[in-house]
Amino acid sequence: MIANLGFGVLLITFFVTLYSALAASFSNPKAFAHLFRSISGARTESLANQLEKLDTPQRAASMVESARRAMLLTFPLLTLASLLLIYLLVNNRFEVQFVYEVTSRSMPTYLKVTAWWGGQAGSLLFWSWLMAAFASLVTLRKWDRDREFLPWVIFVSCFTLAFFVGMIAFYENPFKQFYQTATGVEAYFIQPANSVLFTPEDGQGLNPLLRHPGMIIHPPMLYLGFVSYVIPFAFAIAALITGRTDDRWIRITRRWSLWAWLFLTFGLVLGGRWAYDVLGWGGYWGWDPVEIAAFMPWLTGTAFLHSVMIQEKRGMLKHWNMLLIILTYDLVIFGTFLTRSGVLSSVHAFAQSAIGPLFFTYIAITLVASVALVIYRWGTLRAETEMHSLLSREALFLFNNLLFMSILVVCFWGVIYPLTSELFTGTTVTVGPAFYERANGPLFAALLFLMGIAPLSAWGHSTLQTLGRAAWKPTVLAVIVTVALFAFYTQNVYALIGFFLVAFVVLITLYEYWRGAQARQRSHSERLFAAFWNLTGRDRRRYGGYIVHLSIALMAIGVLGIELFQMETQGTLELNQQASLGGYDVVYEDIARFTGPDGREVTRAVVGIYQNGQYLGELYPRIDYYWDAQQAMTIPGQRATMKDDLYILLVNWEPASATGATFKIYVNPLVNWLWMGSLLFLTGIVIAAWPDKDPEREPVRAGKHVRQVSAAD
Amino acid sequence: MKINKFVIGGLLILGAVIFLIANATAGSAQYFMTVDEFNAKGPDVVDKNLRVSGAVIGDTIQYDPQTLTLIFEVAHVPADAPEIETEGGLAEALHQAVNDPTRSRMTVVYVGVKPDLLRHEAQAIVTGYLGADGNFYAEELLLKCPTRYEEAVPDQAGS
Repeated sequence: MIANLGFGVLLITFFVTLYSALAASFSNPKAFAHLFRSISGARTESLANQLEKLDTPQRAASMVESARRAMLLTFPLLTLASLLLIYLLVNNRFEVQFVYEVTSRSMPTYLKVTAWWGGQAGSLLFWSWLMAAFASLVTLRKWDRDREFLPWVIFVSCFTLAFFVGMIAFYENPFKQFYQTATGVEAYFIQPANSVLFTPEDGQGLNPLLRHPGMIIHPPMLYLGFVSYVIPFAFAIAALITGRTDDRWIRITRRWSLWAWLFLTFGLVLGGRWAYDVLGWGGYWGWDPVEIAAFMPWLTGTAFLHSVMIQEKRGMLKHWNMLLIILTYDLVIFGTFLTRSGVLSSVHAFAQSAIGPLFFTYIAITLVASVALVIYRWGTLRAETEMHSLLSREALFLFNNLLFMSILVVCFWGVIYPLTSELFTGTTVTVGPAFYERANGPLFAALLFLMGIAPLSAWGHSTLQTLGRAAWKPTVLAVIVTVALFAFYTQNVYALIGFFLVAFVVLITLYEYWRGAQARQRSHSERLFAAFWNLTGRDRRRYGGYIVHLSIALMAIGVLGIELFQMETQGTLELNQQASLGGYDVVYEDIARFTGPDGREVTRAVVGIYQNGQYLGELYPRIDYYWDAQQAMTIPGQRATMKDDLYILLVNWEPASATGATFKIYVNPLVNWLWMGSLLFLTGIVIAAWPDKDPEREPVRAGKHVRQVSAAD
Repeated sequence: MKINKFVIGGLLILGAVIFLIANATAGSAQYFMTVDEFNAKGPDVVDKNLRVSGAVIGDTIQYDPQTLTLIFEVAHVPADAPEIETEGGLAEALHQAVNDPTRSRMTVVYVGVKPDLLRHEAQAIVTGYLGADGNFYAEELLLKCPTRYEEAVPDQAGS
C-alpha cells in the first residue's frame, strides 16, 4: 500500500513539474512572439501578433505565480515520496524491489536509511529531492530586481526536474514490487492480473564495500554539487532568453556556484579517500570512466568559477562563461547517469538499460537548445573591453580556461575512445591510467604555474618585466628549495619539477598575503595578526582564493609523493617474523577469527610496527566477510604521518594452514598532505563564500579605478 | 589585428594538446577484446598489451598465498550490448557463459593480492599480455560484482 502511495506521489509530482515548466514558459508569450518573428512568414507574423496581445502584465504575473507555486509544491511531494521510501527501507519491506536490492535484515538502521542512495532508483529520487529543494530555495530570495528571470529559472529547474521525476516514475521506479504470476516472479509497476504479491525472506543487502562512512557521504556530496550547478545554468538560460546578458546573473548565482564547487570537490576527495581506505589497492584514483564522469563537470566548474571573475571585472569572456556553464550542466547530467549505472570500462553498456538512450536524448536536446540560445544572443555577449597584453590578468584567465578545457578534452577522449576506435577501426581499443597521466601531467603542471603567477598579474597590461619584478624573490627561494630536494631527497625529474611548481605557488601566494598584511599594518597601524585577519575579511574572495590555491598546492605534494615514490612489498610471514619496507619493520604478532556484531566474519591480524628499533604501535589489518552478500572486504591497517603512510593489508590466512599469514605492505610518502590539503581547501572556500555585509554590491569595474594589491604595481 | 597573438597562442595550445593526446594514446592503447577474439588472434598478440573481458569460472580459481600467485579461467562473454540484451542482461550473460561448456576459455595468471570481488560469475577485465605458454599474464585485474550491475559497485584494481 505504501509502495503504491509512493508511486502515486511520483506520478503527481511529474505532472506538477510539467505544469510548472509549461506555465512558466507560457507566462512570457512575448519571448515566443520574438522567436516567431525571427522566422519570416505571414502565418508566424500573425501568430506573433496574437501572442504579443496576450502578453499583459497581469496575465504574465499570475501565470508566473502559478508556476512558482507548482514548483514549490514539488518539494513537499518529493519529501513525502522519499519518506515513504525510507519507511519501506527501514522496515524490511522486501516485496519492494529496491528495498530487496539494497538492504538486508542484518544491516543497522542508519545504513538502511542511507541505502536510499545505495541504488540507482533511490539515488535518482534523492537527486530529484535535492533539485526540488534547491529550486524552492532559489525562489525564496528577493526577486524585485530580477522579475524577468523568474519564469525562466522556474522553467529550466522544472524541465530538469520533470525529466528526472519522469524517469523515476516510468523507468527506474523505486516502488516497483515483486509479483508472482504464472510465469514466475518479477517486479512490476502495477499489479498484473492473476498475480500475488511476493515477499522474499531477506534482502541482498548493500554491498559491504559501500558500508563505509566515506561512501555514505560521498554520493550525497557529489549530488549536492551536481544539483547545485543547475541553478547557475537556469539563470544563464534566463539571461540568454531575456537578453539581460550582463553579469547580473553571475552575481546572483555566485554563491551557488561556489557551494556547488565545494560539494563537488569534496565528493571527489571523499571518493578518493574511500578508495584508499576500503578498496585495498593502495591508491585513491584509478582513472576509471565512472570517476572521470564526476571529474569532468568539476573541470568546467572550476574554469567557470575563475572565468566569471573576468566578466565581472572587465566584461570579457562572456561567451566562455555561457558555454562553460552549459557544458557543466550537461556533464552533470552525464555524470549522474554514468556513476549510477554500473557501466563497464567500455561505454557500450550505456545503452543497455532503457534509460541510456533517454539520457543521451535529453543531453542532446538541452545542449543543442542552449547553444542555439547562445548563438542567438551572440552579439549581446560581446566583450566590453579588448584584450591587449598576453600576460595581463584577463589573458592568463583565458589561458586558464583553455587549460581546463584541454584536460576535459583529454578525459573525454579517453572515456569515449573505446567507442570511437571501434567505430573507425573495428577493434575496441581502450586506454588505461597511463594515458591520462601522460596527457594530463603537463597540463596540470601548467595549471600549477598559472596559480603561481596569475595573482601577480595586473589588469590590462603586464609584461615579463613587471611579473618578473613581482615574482623574482619567491622564485629564487623556490629554486633553492628544489636544489635542496635534489641534494637530499630525490633525483627524479618529474618530482623535482612538481615540487618546484608547488614551492613556487606556495611562496608567491604567501608572499602576496604577507605584503598585503604589511601594507595594511602600516596604513592602519594594526598588529600583524589583526592585519591578516582584517585583510582577509575585507576581500574574502581574493584571500579565500589564495588559501584555496595554497591547499591545492599542498594536495599536489600528496599526489606527487604517492604517485612517484610509493613502495610496496608482499609476502607470507610466520608468527613473530618481520618484513621491512621504507624504514619500517612490521612484525606479525597475532591473528584471530571471530564473528562481528552484524554477523560478518572478521579475520583480524595484529602487527607491531618498529622504526630503527623503536616501537611505534600496533596495527590491525583485517578481512571482513559478509555472508548475506558473499562479499569479502579487506580493511587495511594504516599509520598516518605527514611524512608517509604505512599501509598494511591482510591478504590471506587460513586457520588450517600452519604457514602463517600473507600481507601486502605499502609505504605511501607524503600522501597525508592530500587529505590535510583538502581540509584547508574547505576553510578557503568557506572564507571566499562568507557573506559580505553588503551582499550584492556592484564590483569595482577595473579600468576606471583600480585598487590593486599585488606586487606587479 | 591586435587579436593575432591570442589566436596564435590558442593555436599553439591546441597543437600542444593534440600532440599530448596522440602521444599518450599511442603509448598506452590496449586492445580490448573478448575471449573468443583473444583465442583467435593466437601468436599475433604475444607480448602485446591487451585487455580482455570474460566471466570468471569459480571452481578454476587457485590461489597460492605464499607466492601470491592467482590462477583462474574466464569464459567468453559477448561484448556487443544487443547480444547481451538478447541473452537477458549482463548478469544472465555471465551466468550462461560460465555454464556453457562449449564457450571458449582463457587462463589468467596474476601475481598479487587476490581481489575481494573475484568469484564465480564475476565479470573480469584483465590487462596484460599473452605469454608464450598460451596463458594470459595479467598485470591489472578489474572485477565487477556479479549480481549488482545497476549500482555504483566499485571495481577493484590490482596492479
